[in-house]
Amino acid sequence: MKVKTAKEPMIRIAKRTELSTGLSMGIRVGSIVIALLACGLVLLLITNGKISFGDIYSQMLEGAFGTARRIKITVRDTCALLCLAVALAPAFKMRFWNIGAEGQALVGALASCIVVKLCPDLPVALLLLVMFIASVVAGALWGVIPGYFKAKIKANETLFTLMMNYVAIQLVKFFVVLWEKQKGAGVMSTLTTGKLPQLFGVDYGWSIVIILVITVLSYVYMKYSKQGYEIAVVGESENTARYIGINVNKVIVRTMAISGALCGLAGFLLVSGTHHLVKSDIVGGNGFTAIIVAWLAKLNPLTMILTSFFVSFLDIGTAKIASSCNLNDFASDVVVGVALFIILASEFFINYRVIFNKRAKEGK
Amino acid sequence: MDFAYILSRAVAQGLPLLFGSNGEILNEKSGNLNLGIPGIMISGGVAGIVGALVYENSTPNPNGFVGLLVSMICSVSCSLLLSLIYCFLTVTLRANQNVTGLALTIFGSGLGNFYGGSISTILGITNNSIPATAAAYKMPLVPFYDKLGAIGTIFFSHGCMFYIAIAIALISWYVLKKTRTGLSLRAVGENPATADAAGINVTRYKYVATCLGGVIAGFGGLYYAVDYSNGLWDTQSFGDRGWLAVALVIFVVWKPNLAVLGAFLFGGLYIAEIFVPGLTSATKEIFKMLPYIVTIIILITTSLMKKKENQPPASLGLPYFREER
Repeated sequence: MKVKTAKEPMIRIAKRTELSTGLSMGIRVGSIVIALLACGLVLLLITNGKISFGDIYSQMLEGAFGTARRIKITVRDTCALLCLAVALAPAFKMRFWNIGAEGQALVGALASCIVVKLCPDLPVALLLLVMFIASVVAGALWGVIPGYFKAKIKANETLFTLMMNYVAIQLVKFFVVLWEKQKGAGVMSTLTTGKLPQLFGVDYGWSIVIILVITVLSYVYMKYSKQGYEIAVVGESENTARYIGINVNKVIVRTMAISGALCGLAGFLLVSGTHHLVKSDIVGGNGFTAIIVAWLAKLNPLTMILTSFFVSFLDIGTAKIASSCNLNDFASDVVVGVALFIILASEFFINYRVIFNKRAKEGK
Repeated sequence: MDFAYILSRAVAQGLPLLFGSNGEILNEKSGNLNLGIPGIMISGGVAGIVGALVYENSTPNPNGFVGLLVSMICSVSCSLLLSLIYCFLTVTLRANQNVTGLALTIFGSGLGNFYGGSISTILGITNNSIPATAAAYKMPLVPFYDKLGAIGTIFFSHGCMFYIAIAIALISWYVLKKTRTGLSLRAVGENPATADAAGINVTRYKYVATCLGGVIAGFGGLYYAVDYSNGLWDTQSFGDRGWLAVALVIFVVWKPNLAVLGAFLFGGLYIAEIFVPGLTSATKEIFKMLPYIVTIIILITTSLMKKKENQPPASLGLPYFREER
């Protein structure tokens, strides 16, 4: 008698229990190589063959490292992205989807500018200190509001922080119009005071140093401190956290204060170290890109140095090619998007394994 | 100033938001928090322009309705492609939804603005306007609308996309609320494991809802690109409309029928500076903050009231893997 069986699928998927570091590194490196190749292909496609495949990579390298000035800019952009990614790490570790880095950094930048506008006559060192405090407090506040409502009434934090971004953007636009150079200009004139002193011959030298220090501190905080451990437990399971006596609400609010404060700090550095003014696109979408950068680094602040460099490199390299082919800068977003898709897809092979069904294969 | 005209502008401003939020509602009802919707809207819109441009440049006497059809097909294919990328990554490969969605927005807005920003350079054409297609989109379906007084100006002066938007919203409402398919879809978004146990194909529902939602959202971009801005794309002007559409989803507590009213209200707030007296160029910016503030307040109050039917879908943002039940 023939037994009727359901059709067995050819492929099934199982969660990996453990994965050797070698293989997981192999998958990661492989995915970056594939991503770079794909980016080359995309550029070939969108520049319509105006540039050869080999030239693409040499031009990208040239754009990012060609001159001393370019290297400095690459480092600056990497650090700007890194600062926000590091800021997001504790929140994400807690499974709190803080999509609001853009807004938190913006209010930080705005707070710095307000301080300069209010008391421009303070000695620079004191002024910088007040700016720093104002930015950090503003950023923390912007982070704590959604954190508080998440802790108290479980308001969806992804949507809440997303909305807070646009409240911040409109707030900045409001102040920019108040301060604009002449009526209708839409930009404010650069601040004359409240600038960080130069280091390595550039305004943003100190920003780079501060961001690298913060990155290391944040790594230590998340890995070795009691608070870092609490964050990890809350992220894994809120019930477990409650069971072992962690005050979950307090951890959520505190972590969001830290996350927001670091974003605010990023805003302070943008104003005092790089732009010396505030505008609604001063963060330039980095608040969103940083989320992906942090995620790809598995929320490890030290690895984020690599991921933020990778994204900045693609961004700058593509911008160079776009300008040499007379195309616009949005090519960078296309290329970065493609690379991100590929690396996100590769995560699958790290977390799961694909099993081909032998019997189905034998044609039974 | 003519009040009816202002209201008709509010409706026109609201249409992209209506399409976008309608698409996002379908996404979210299947449990996918698709933050890629803003990207899909932008590239869906630009794809429409590109299609119409290629067509209008290929013939000496372009027919507006062929242009309309071509641009729609281009927009649909582009939105579908982007939605499939999102689905494949989040549903099949179980990547994180927030991260994938944001990557899609970076990619989609980059793609749209890249082609939209230097369209004539890329296509190698000199004429970058699409008069015939734009006219076809703008043609009022009720030719005697100006005889209907204020109502006519407000609601019937718009082209075909107005009716498509309203129809899609009402159909979505009906399907979600009244049909078996809608019930299954909501089950997938609330609790995929239970839905799976009940014999619902979770993967298929997620794919179909997300792709359909993406195409609808892309129509929002299409309307904005070819009708509202006459087929001339400016990389700055679309602005935050995509995120406003996501906000609108919360504002109307995941109900497509309410989205119709919500979209026109948001549209009105967007152009408040025209009709609110005494706004300076600075306070105007504060006014544009209102939709977001209102959305935050709605988000807080719905969380406070804990009314079951006003909550986000329970499994929103979470991947589903059968073996992890």
